[in-house]
Amino acid sequence: MSDKNKTSDDALNFKATELRLGLPGSESPERVDQRFLTLKNLCPVSGAKRVFSNAINGSNKWVFSPGSTTDVNSGSVPVKDHKPGVSVKEKKSSAAAPASKAQVVGWPPIRSFRKNTMASSQSQKQGGNTNPETEEKAKSGPETCLYVKVSMEGAPYLRKIDLKTYKSYVELSSALEKMFSCFTIGPFGSHRRCGRDGLNESRLTNLLSGSVYVVTYEDKDSDWMLVGDVPWEMFICSCKKLRIMKSS
Amino acid sequence: MNRAIKSRLSTSEMNYFPDEVIEHIFDFIASHRDRNSISLVNKSWHKIERYSRHQVFIGNCYAISPERLIRRFPCLRSLTLKGKPHFADFNLVPHEWGGFLHPWIDALAKGRVGLEELRLKRMVVSDESLELLSRSFVSFKSLVLVSCDGFTTDGLASVAANCRHLRELDLQENEIDDHRGQWLNCFPDTCTTLVSLNFACLKGETNLAALERLVARSPNLKSLKVNRAVPLEALTRLMSCAPQLVDLGVGCYENEPEPESFAKLMAAIKKCTLLRSLSGFSEVAPVCLTAFYPICENLTSLNLSYAAELQGNHLIEFVQFCKRVQRLWILDSIGDKGLEIVASSCKELQELRVFPSDPHDEEDNNTAVTEVGLVAISAGCPKLHSILYFCKQMTNEALITVARNCPNFIRFRLCILEPNKPDPITSQSLDEGFGAIVQACKGLRRLSVSGLLTDKVFLYIGMYAEQLEMLSIAFAGDTDKGMLYVLNGCKKLRKLEIRDSPFGNAALLADVGKYETMRSLWMSSCEVTLGGCKRLARNAPWLNVEIINENESGRMERNEEDEREKVDRLYLYRTVVGTRRDAPPCVTIL
Repeated sequence: MSDKNKTSDDALNFKATELRLGLPGSESPERVDQRFLTLKNLCPVSGAKRVFSNAINGSNKWVFSPGSTTDVNSGSVPVKDHKPGVSVKEKKSSAAAPASKAQVVGWPPIRSFRKNTMASSQSQKQGGNTNPETEEKAKSGPETCLYVKVSMEGAPYLRKIDLKTYKSYVELSSALEKMFSCFTIGPFGSHRRCGRDGLNESRLTNLLSGSVYVVTYEDKDSDWMLVGDVPWEMFICSCKKLRIMKSS
Repeated sequence: MNRAIKSRLSTSEMNYFPDEVIEHIFDFIASHRDRNSISLVNKSWHKIERYSRHQVFIGNCYAISPERLIRRFPCLRSLTLKGKPHFADFNLVPHEWGGFLHPWIDALAKGRVGLEELRLKRMVVSDESLELLSRSFVSFKSLVLVSCDGFTTDGLASVAANCRHLRELDLQENEIDDHRGQWLNCFPDTCTTLVSLNFACLKGETNLAALERLVARSPNLKSLKVNRAVPLEALTRLMSCAPQLVDLGVGCYENEPEPESFAKLMAAIKKCTLLRSLSGFSEVAPVCLTAFYPICENLTSLNLSYAAELQGNHLIEFVQFCKRVQRLWILDSIGDKGLEIVASSCKELQELRVFPSDPHDEEDNNTAVTEVGLVAISAGCPKLHSILYFCKQMTNEALITVARNCPNFIRFRLCILEPNKPDPITSQSLDEGFGAIVQACKGLRRLSVSGLLTDKVFLYIGMYAEQLEMLSIAFAGDTDKGMLYVLNGCKKLRKLEIRDSPFGNAALLADVGKYETMRSLWMSSCEVTLGGCKRLARNAPWLNVEIINENESGRMERNEEDEREKVDRLYLYRTVVGTRRDAPPCVTIL
């Protein structure tokens, strides 16, 4: 990893705080090309209808914000456009050329192969089963337990947690912190173990000093969403996977 | 000595050369048009040309019969055939209309033609014809099918099993019934000659082990395009044993890969230093595109037009580093901003296609492209000569600017998604804009117009588009004059296709001889009547005038047809073999 800018906030050498397998000082596995991580910051998410919220309000909301002075958009990760409203606008689910609107036959002039291919990939996004030829998507588990994979950027392996065992975002937050604390190094590591209350606990800033993590989840539509926007009950119904990502 | 004497002398001098020498000279003339010309010089040349012609292009399979083709060119090795009219791509032609391959294979087999290459577009291909093909031509090397249908993976299995020297199997956007069989297994172990394999359009499962073995034993493989069912780990293995690939089509990877898999993929990609062309990416997690960063600067061709999962920012992030890209196919989710970035990064761009990600505007999204993107591209990309652009709106001012920036267009196809849409700023028609295009682009060969258009645009087209060969018109014009301007003005016009425009019998019948110089004319939902079509058919016996009806019962049953009734779909084409006999009931040939 290349060294980050030495701002007053980034007192630490990034290399020392980088996540590694094994003990500090030992060899780490080859990292993902850094261009992938930094280029995201060049262009803000186009058309993003929701901005990284600076406001952390209420104990129900789970929002990670970068340092207060940084541009909220620069920390965005491949989060898809947040669709307006709580539920995703239903798309027409027919796999064949749709005729549900008053549409002109054969217009616009797109090859029907292309139209059918795009339509069926969109209906798959919905999690719909309209096209019998497409494979069934893995849906979230049965109602009794809700195991989802949790990955953390840079961590060598994933974990699985049962979402049903938590009642709120705060509970989930502390559970994740505990679970992934072993992947952090740094002089500040010990602090997070004595649970702090309120705002700081919900920020994973403690995990890596100067660098903030965000928790995102993959929903039923295979979109990557920021954790914390929707009510808890709704969240566990739509969450398929969790991913903890660096936000800077 | 003046030119005429000189040329007479040279021809007669040439006639003293033995035929083999003349034939050798003809070998350097590849273009079929030039070949057609030299065959007309004199009888001797006609004969020599006939026997030395190895490649034949037939733009309309009903213009000639296979038997006549073989009689004239017995040494045929490579054949290109096109079947259904272009608008069949948009569901405007019934499936059973025609364009059957079988009679051709049958005749070629019986004629003992040493066929090596077959390229088909919009033909109906059956498993039986593929089987017959695979058994009849021992030197068969190359099969390219574009936008065809009627066959299954069983047909592919025959080709794989029986064509011992197969080099190319290229399936582009065909509707293939996937029996999920083992067609890939049917390539014998002795088959090591593959250079190009494209099965991206197959919808079913793929036998990964068979595919990997096939790729491993094909050291000459340059082009590999897999279908959705080839997962990331398998792709990594394929690329690892084929680092010589030049052209790659990727499958479908919705889920983010595990870091280790991703790292392996990147390592494999880095080794493919010859990779120049990339496509596929239907339903791909954005991070998978980033795995190709190591080679993106080498790419000359990039097709992300099926990548519906990628947002504008993902596309921009990738494309801006593809500085050598010449051919770019992309979705309009890239947005005007994205196109501006392309314009500033991709200076080698020659061909651009921007497809709509939401053709029917079902999501009220703002990421479609407008005139802004097109102007930016025209300003930034000096080598641009071909464009297909689906957009929400267009202005005259933009088109005039584009024409000034890019006088080198050969193909200019603009589709404004909403029919009849005027210039949103001036509320006027787009006549002046398109007029500027045809006036500036003196080499324009193909044009598609859209938006609100009056007869005036056709006046401009007729006046200025001297090299125009193909014109597509939809929802345009006011009177017959529009069509007449085009028919009278465009001397090189070969294909004219019109839909939903108010052109009628007067335009259709004004110059019947014109159709002898053209390949075909399509008119649907226009004002031509049955009576007009009948009159045309009577006056032009060398034309097939086909009426395609809504329902299958057809008009043949009713004797008391009303000649004033408008014809829904008219397709006419010149032919030397008269009425075809394989037309279905819904088609009436006058």
